[in-house]
Amino acid sequence: MTNVIPTSQVSSSTGLRTLAEKVWDKHLVTKGEDGTPDLIYIDLHLLHEVTSPQAFDGLRLANRKLRRPDLTIATEDHNTPTLAIDKPIADLTSRTQIETLRRNCAEYGVRLHSLGDIEQGIVHVVGPQLGLTQPGITVVCGDSHTSTHGAFGAMALGIGTSEVEHVMATQTLPLNPFKTMAITVNGTLRTGVTAKDIILAVIAKIGTGGGAGYVLEYRGEAIRALSMEGRMTICNMSIEAGARAGMVAPDQTTYDYLEGRAHAPRGADWDAAVAYWQTLATDDGASFDAEVIIDANELEPFVTWGTNPGQGVSLSGSVPNPADIVDANERSAAERALEYMDLTAGTPMKEIRVDTVFLGSCTNSRIEDLRAAAEIIKGKTKAEGLRMMVVPGSARVRIEAEAEGLDQIFLDFGAEWRFAGCSMCLGMNPDQLEPGERCASTSNRNFEGRQGKGGRTHLVSPLVAAATAIRGTLSGPWDLVQDGDQ
Amino acid sequence: MQKFTTVTGIAVPLRRSNVDTDQIIPAVHLKRVTRTGFEDALFAAWRQDPDFVINKKEYQGGRVLIAGADFGIGSSREHAVWALRDYGFDVVLSPRFGDIFRGNSGKQGLLAGQISEADAETLWNLVEAAPGIELTVDLVGKTVRVGDLTVNFEIDDYTRWRLLEGLDDIGLTLRDEARISEFEATRESWLPQTLPARSPESTH
Ligand code: SF4
Repeated sequence: MTNVIPTSQVSSSTGLRTLAEKVWDKHLVTKGEDGTPDLIYIDLHLLHEVTSPQAFDGLRLANRKLRRPDLTIATEDHNTPTLAIDKPIADLTSRTQIETLRRNCAEYGVRLHSLGDIEQGIVHVVGPQLGLTQPGITVVCGDSHTSTHGAFGAMALGIGTSEVEHVMATQTLPLNPFKTMAITVNGTLRTGVTAKDIILAVIAKIGTGGGAGYVLEYRGEAIRALSMEGRMTICNMSIEAGARAGMVAPDQTTYDYLEGRAHAPRGADWDAAVAYWQTLATDDGASFDAEVIIDANELEPFVTWGTNPGQGVSLSGSVPNPADIVDANERSAAERALEYMDLTAGTPMKEIRVDTVFLGSCTNSRIEDLRAAAEIIKGKTKAEGLRMMVVPGSARVRIEAEAEGLDQIFLDFGAEWRFAGCSMCLGMNPDQLEPGERCASTSNRNFEGRQGKGGRTHLVSPLVAAATAIRGTLSGPWDLVQDGDQ
Repeated sequence: MQKFTTVTGIAVPLRRSNVDTDQIIPAVHLKRVTRTGFEDALFAAWRQDPDFVINKKEYQGGRVLIAGADFGIGSSREHAVWALRDYGFDVVLSPRFGDIFRGNSGKQGLLAGQISEADAETLWNLVEAAPGIELTVDLVGKTVRVGDLTVNFEIDDYTRWRLLEGLDDIGLTLRDEARISEFEATRESWLPQTLPARSPESTH
């Protein structure tokens, strides 16, 4: 991070502050001097089985206490099976990680939601669902998609194992200030275009490194119109643009989502909290270090063709020709990607046939995502030979979906209805692609081998996932209308 | 972290340069869920050879490793330092270190002292002539003493200070613990708490 302009210096001349700066200032324990970082207080620490074991062990070795068990919560997600969850986990490494988390949480008094528990699920689905993720707080987790929680106007950062240990012991983190970038999405999304399409378009526009050093703030009419689920989808993938975090200022939609949740403030506390939350929005006239403007009216469903999330086009477009790419690095990356993805330049995206559809991950596995997909597939038949896997983000989402009969819609369609977890998003459990298998996935990373060795991933929205499962080729809801299906 | 002043212990001569972190601890040994227990993984590939220096009985219990230039280059894995610490080394002396390795060492209480090529050669010869000989590493004076011989080593002032004070990153932050407690006293009571667990107020 060279040439980082400390955010605190940018608009201090005017006294006007952005959302990110306000949250930062509020959590400053000590201000760094002579190039040393600021010390920032952490309100909420989320743990899972993969990045916590050595942090706990470091604590134990140094004979240190977990400073604030009451600000810490753990869930099992990355390794958990999504079938037969009552049986011992077959894979030894996975089982060891889960068992270690259980022992550590018991020893240090950390609240843990284990496999089988109603609050178990993907850590970034669980925090908001419990009402723990709130506007204006700082949230960290040893996982890069912690940015999800920024949808509430929280400063949410993914951290590494040694930082996890640091937060455990001190409830603080030494951090350097960030730059701020406004991503303004004007206009209105057309029917069939979703939050996922906005963020894929943003990443294609600024590139996978475009957000490096920045905290992104999503603003504008189209963002205001989104549900909390949609805002989470967008903030979730901020990391895919290289950003440190993504945020959306809280508003009535945020308050309505939170009110009544298990850990949301109640009574007089609620009023006090809302009064504070209302002060968080970026001041009119506050300046950002950079700004990007997107017109929602023009957006179409977006899909990726390559092996990083920035390699995407509109669904109505075609696989690009690397020869047309000016930047030499990007050109060779595109060439490599097409080879790995087994795609030919110029092929219309809609002619690409997929083998598997994965509806899940912390990007798109909340109830709204499942409802949207179910509505499209209801009464339809799955494409011949295609497999569809539906993995709710949390046990609670699964139960909620079952109460609404969504499970039956998926099962009737011929999809698999699984238990909650990260699942095929990263294939740490048995849910993996076979070599060469092509997948339309609602997750966030299309890296080589991410969903299984040799697997080929196209990132899509839940609506595109559903339409694709019906037609067998990459498709959007509009294509179904044209088929005369609706 | 322990405060580091002097260490007196058996010296182990590792006459090799460009020892990268993959050789210090091969990747297959990274799967543990603990921060300790990496002692057997240290130089695991080389230790298959019974003649490898660490396998020799005179050098058992070694605390000071004298290595060739460019020790600890390669991947950033913190495990390399853990493995050396777990085995029992408190000091590595080398004419040059990989940057990340040197940074990680200071954070984990391993002294990475830079000596000249000539002094490395002198120390190797001396130790090999009297296997199992102990030497004394003095961080205050930045010297290595063995018998009548004294050689100097280099270490940056900041890392030296941290080692002398016994401060890892967390220890550094905890020097401001009073400030953290003060900050905590000002936090609003309605901020979220994970404990005790609560149930939803209404259905969502
Ligand atoms: S669902 Fe995927 S991206 Fe999200 S936390 Fe799990 S592995 Fe990470």
